[in-house]
Amino acid sequence: MVSFCLQISVPSEHREKEFAMEHGSATDSSSSTFSLMDEDHTLANSVRYTLNQDPRVIFCGYSIPHPSENKVNIRVQTTGDPAKDVLKDGFQNLMVMCQHVRSTFGKAVDDFRANESPERMKIDTP
Amino acid sequence: MSSKVSALDMPDVPMGQLPEHLHLQRTRVVCKADAPVHTEGIQYSGAYASIGVDNSVGVDSFCKSFKVKVVRLTKEEIEFDMIGIDASLANAFRRILIAEVPTMAIEKVLMVNNTSVVADEVLAHRLGLIPLNADPRLFEYLSENDAPNERNTIVYKLDVSCKKGSPRVTVKSDQLKWLPHGSELQMDSHDISSKAKSYTSFSCIQDSLPEFSKKPLGVKFDDIIIAKLGPGQAIELEAHAVKGIGKMHAKWSPVATAWYRMLPEIALLKEVTGADAEKLVKKCPVNVFDIEDIGNAGGKKAVVANPRTCTLCRECIRGVNEELVELRRVKDHFIFTIESTGALSPEELFIEAVKILEDKCDRVISELS
Ligand code: SF4
Repeated sequence: MVSFCLQISVPSEHREKEFAMEHGSATDSSSSTFSLMDEDHTLANSVRYTLNQDPRVIFCGYSIPHPSENKVNIRVQTTGDPAKDVLKDGFQNLMVMCQHVRSTFGKAVDDFRANESPERMKIDTP
Repeated sequence: MSSKVSALDMPDVPMGQLPEHLHLQRTRVVCKADAPVHTEGIQYSGAYASIGVDNSVGVDSFCKSFKVKVVRLTKEEIEFDMIGIDASLANAFRRILIAEVPTMAIEKVLMVNNTSVVADEVLAHRLGLIPLNADPRLFEYLSENDAPNERNTIVYKLDVSCKKGSPRVTVKSDQLKWLPHGSELQMDSHDISSKAKSYTSFSCIQDSLPEFSKKPLGVKFDDIIIAKLGPGQAIELEAHAVKGIGKMHAKWSPVATAWYRMLPEIALLKEVTGADAEKLVKKCPVNVFDIEDIGNAGGKKAVVANPRTCTLCRECIRGVNEELVELRRVKDHFIFTIESTGALSPEELFIEAVKILEDKCDRVISELS
């Protein structure tokens, strides 16, 4: 009965679980490179920012080794603390910042709604 | 800024504070006639360590200084100011809004009959782009091994025809009918004895579920033209919508667009008076400048009245030999605009986007520990 079946987009590759792999020296834990699968500039650039704000970090940068590979490498060098812990704190800080952005944004929207004049509300509601 | 001053002649800067020119470099992009300068964000906490200035913004001080102000909010659009955040985060939110906030969109089209001039694949693509009025948070992803069920698939039917001898018919999106029972088409089966199976396996009727009974899963806008039928032509098809993200295909992107710009700041380097002031005010096409009277003598002076509207056309600094105006952008003040395609309201979209970034962090943290 059905003559034709079309799939519009490419079949979804199933999202592999993201994993962090370390390339670093065995003796020096203070500098390592971490590979994150299925991530890109979105996460890497944000965490680079929070890491750079950490005074324990001497150097931090990221790269995407190849554009058709869904992978990003994050390099962290610290003043002595294990790079892994510092990276974890970087993500922790990023998360706290996001939570703050979310609550602040929510409040700002509520404030805006509260201050809106009743006439405008009428136009906006269906 | 134009005349060079010897470092020895510069006034002393109090300890722990950046000298003015470095502060300007850190916090402003300056748009020169040919290109902008100081575009980079200075993120490294020790960037100014040699002059005893701490460049880090701790989480606490970020929380204290971060501000959001909503400028405009309608059903489809929001404009708000984000103040005190780095470009890397603002850009992360923008990227997530465009590519990673999920929505529902038509993914599979089962063509029963199509005698219209629109080719099957073109028609399927057009259907995919129609915004659906379905909250993606109530659905699950359909993975490869899953059977399509009431929790991951929405089924629509389109059955239109144009009778011979009648005028042409325009097929609009409101003719897509939601099928809460699931697919009505039977799968071809070689085994005659087995019961015919439909293309979906719904365990219950979708509109009996409390979340969908009040809000039918129709299309968001019912006047989108899908095709035009001439006399004797017909389209019969079934469309299956699933959850997805914009990274996969742009039809799943929840925003028409999401973008930001930095707040313009326009500085008059000298006092501009008289005829020069008139000239400057006339130059700007969006009326950034205004005239102010000085004293009672009828003197006039140019002032910056509406820096926010500046489009950076650079007309005011074009071809002048003497620099009067400096165009700047504030690096940590973003004017963010989100236009929703309709599935979620724009303010919900932003909150979802921030949540997605949080989830990403959470995932990595749990991998690392
Ligand atoms: S750059 Fe253009 S819009 Fe901005 S102030 Fe100058 S003339 Fe006006």
